[in-house]
Amino acid sequence: MTMSPTTKPPAESLTLTIDGKDVSCRSGQTILDVARENDIDIPTLCQLDGLTTWGGCRLCLVEIAGSSKLFASCATQCTEGMNITTQSDRLLNYRRMILEMLFSERNHICAVCVSNGHCELQSMAQKLGVTHIHLPYRYPKLTVDSSQDRFRLDHNRCILCSRCVRVCGEIEGAHTKDLKGRGIKTFVINDLDQPWADAKSCTTCGKCVHVCPVGALTERGTAVSEMAKRRAFLPYLTSMREH
Amino acid sequence: MTPEDLHGTVLKQQAKHGNYQHVFNVCMESGCVSCNSAAVVEALEAEVKKRGLQKTVCIKRVGCLCSCAQGPMVALDKGDTLYKAVTAADAPAMLDALDKGGRVEHLDFSSKQPFFSRQLKVVREHAGYFDPEDLDDSIRVGAYEALRKAVTEMTPTEVITEIANSGLRGRGGAGFPTGLKWSTVAKNPSTPKYVVCNGDEGDPGAFMDRSMMEGDPHRLIEGMAIAAYATGANRGFIYVRAEYPLAVKRLTRAINQATRTGLLGSRIFDTKFAFEIELRLGAGAFVCGEETSLLSSIEGQRGLPRPRPPFPANSGLFGKPTLINNVETYANIPTIINKSAAWFSSIGTAKSKGTKIFAISGKVHNTGLIEVPMGIPLRDIIFDIGGGIPGGKKFKAVQTGGPSGGCIPESQLDIPVDYESLMSVGSIMGSGGLIVMDETSNMVDVARFFMEFCMSESCGKCVPCRVGTYHMHEILQRIYDRQGTPQDLALLQELCDMVKNTSLCGLGQTAPNPVLSTLRYFKDEYTNLIHSTPTTEVLP
Repeated sequence: MTMSPTTKPPAESLTLTIDGKDVSCRSGQTILDVARENDIDIPTLCQLDGLTTWGGCRLCLVEIAGSSKLFASCATQCTEGMNITTQSDRLLNYRRMILEMLFSERNHICAVCVSNGHCELQSMAQKLGVTHIHLPYRYPKLTVDSSQDRFRLDHNRCILCSRCVRVCGEIEGAHTKDLKGRGIKTFVINDLDQPWADAKSCTTCGKCVHVCPVGALTERGTAVSEMAKRRAFLPYLTSMREH
Repeated sequence: MTPEDLHGTVLKQQAKHGNYQHVFNVCMESGCVSCNSAAVVEALEAEVKKRGLQKTVCIKRVGCLCSCAQGPMVALDKGDTLYKAVTAADAPAMLDALDKGGRVEHLDFSSKQPFFSRQLKVVREHAGYFDPEDLDDSIRVGAYEALRKAVTEMTPTEVITEIANSGLRGRGGAGFPTGLKWSTVAKNPSTPKYVVCNGDEGDPGAFMDRSMMEGDPHRLIEGMAIAAYATGANRGFIYVRAEYPLAVKRLTRAINQATRTGLLGSRIFDTKFAFEIELRLGAGAFVCGEETSLLSSIEGQRGLPRPRPPFPANSGLFGKPTLINNVETYANIPTIINKSAAWFSSIGTAKSKGTKIFAISGKVHNTGLIEVPMGIPLRDIIFDIGGGIPGGKKFKAVQTGGPSGGCIPESQLDIPVDYESLMSVGSIMGSGGLIVMDETSNMVDVARFFMEFCMSESCGKCVPCRVGTYHMHEILQRIYDRQGTPQDLALLQELCDMVKNTSLCGLGQTAPNPVLSTLRYFKDEYTNLIHSTPTTEVLP
């Protein structure tokens, strides 16, 4: 990303097929980039333009002809002649299951959530037609960190997409946020797992709040459905990384 | 060190050894050390001193002598006489027996039994008969001869061709052709390049790599140095789990010895080739055995896998071309260079060449470490080498490949041990753990155990593995507790398929394997538990 134009390898243009549509792209572009350029919708949750690729939500998996494996379109670069399928019964099934897993993992109670109506998890579930969760809910007992003056971290709503961790480290440069533990016991933390108010490195810029796709990071003083994220600055994330 | 120095050391050590009439090789690996083999060594040394035999009898601290469950093990001379469960008090009797030319009856352990005679030692050719902490003694049995040959007589391309022709495949489990991997790294023009050794052996019941690192650390260093020469790397990292303190100690010592004598560093064997090795310790995460997580961990980051491609051969450690192989893979290299690719590829089957080390454990007579040629039937390993099932019990299944592998039933035991055959019966070669189970084991419980392992070792990065392993474990627990329903079984199968196909790294992609293989061969055990579900009490 930070390479100067002189050291960049000569960009090659490629042609490939996505969902039966012939498209062109430059070498180095990901399948997701090219699909979006061509108005082909691939669902994502952890991906955000301007942040490094994470590849954790697995919603953007696509099929590539000639391979039995599935590929995360956010992390896979296009090659010449690739034949990609982004929508199939199998993929839809897996995507729904991933959303069901997220809903069952923690306590996502839309009716009392400040992000109700402005939540990417909620709208993704509506879009993909998730009407029932056939996995048992875990109902874990989780804490809410309200120590900070302006923001709140509610672990009950977190889907561990790590957007907040990446924006804090890569864009703001503070690296206040990180992850602790592993597996089902993974949590977002501030500094050395301190209350947010005690996290000295936090600049209270609020980027983490506004990139959070769900109601895990919110502004204080918001009631049900009031927490609309302000994403106007998001397009600038990409250009910020260029310098 | 120059090639002449190496040759001189060999001659000097062989001459010194020629003076000994007898050598007692006492195992000083983790297994035997835990049953106090250190006391045996000390007692033997004291007794030799008392009798004034220092010039004719040598007491050697050596690597694994295979029969780990019978420790402490002692081998006399070339191993024709083996003693098991030796204590310090047995020292005088062992020395007395030397004079009489006989053996100590109550310690005698037949070296003629199939457990020893059916093994083929290639990687472990000298293991157990030299002191791994002594560089000169390692050189006496041939250490660094292959490195000398590679850097002074062969070009990097010739080395790669030799490895490719040998047919060696990665011993970490997946079986990727080693020569191909090396040439991919070699062909990448970007520099610097790195050579990494994966010593993060985490499968339950597996200890082959530990034994290699404790029993022959110089062979590993030599293998890595040859790899570095072939691929054009100048720096190497050995990633060892901190749970192996003895391996860490011996590797540290070996790296220091090699660096001090110029076998590592600049101008190796008086050539332009320079190579150094650093040791990195794991912090107890199983997922760091996955190559991209391991590289993140070496970089000082959280041990999380990255999406592949790009593969480490193109963008690995610090974004540079990186060769990453398992301990046993590197340990095979010196033998191939010394004895030629043709010799190596004469061992094994059409697609799987050479030998494989297995750690055999569980419900079997002989537990320990075995090295067998590829293609040997699984049945021979369990009933011949392993000596069958103790207590007159019936064999039920053998688990290979750890949490990523599967359970193989009696009906499939005649398959040859190679990568493809094991895959065809729903398991994998894996790193080499073999856990034998008898009729008392419940296969649902086995699947539940491995799923619990995967659940607690999942890194939490991707949703299917993080949440999927949790749900699969819950369902297995429910079925095992006789609370399961037929719907649970259907959901379990659906989850297996989904987690296998959508997870980010190998851990998640293979986590359902123990469930899938037990469902394939032992489905009745699941249905029996479901149908014996206690119904709710009927009121009178």
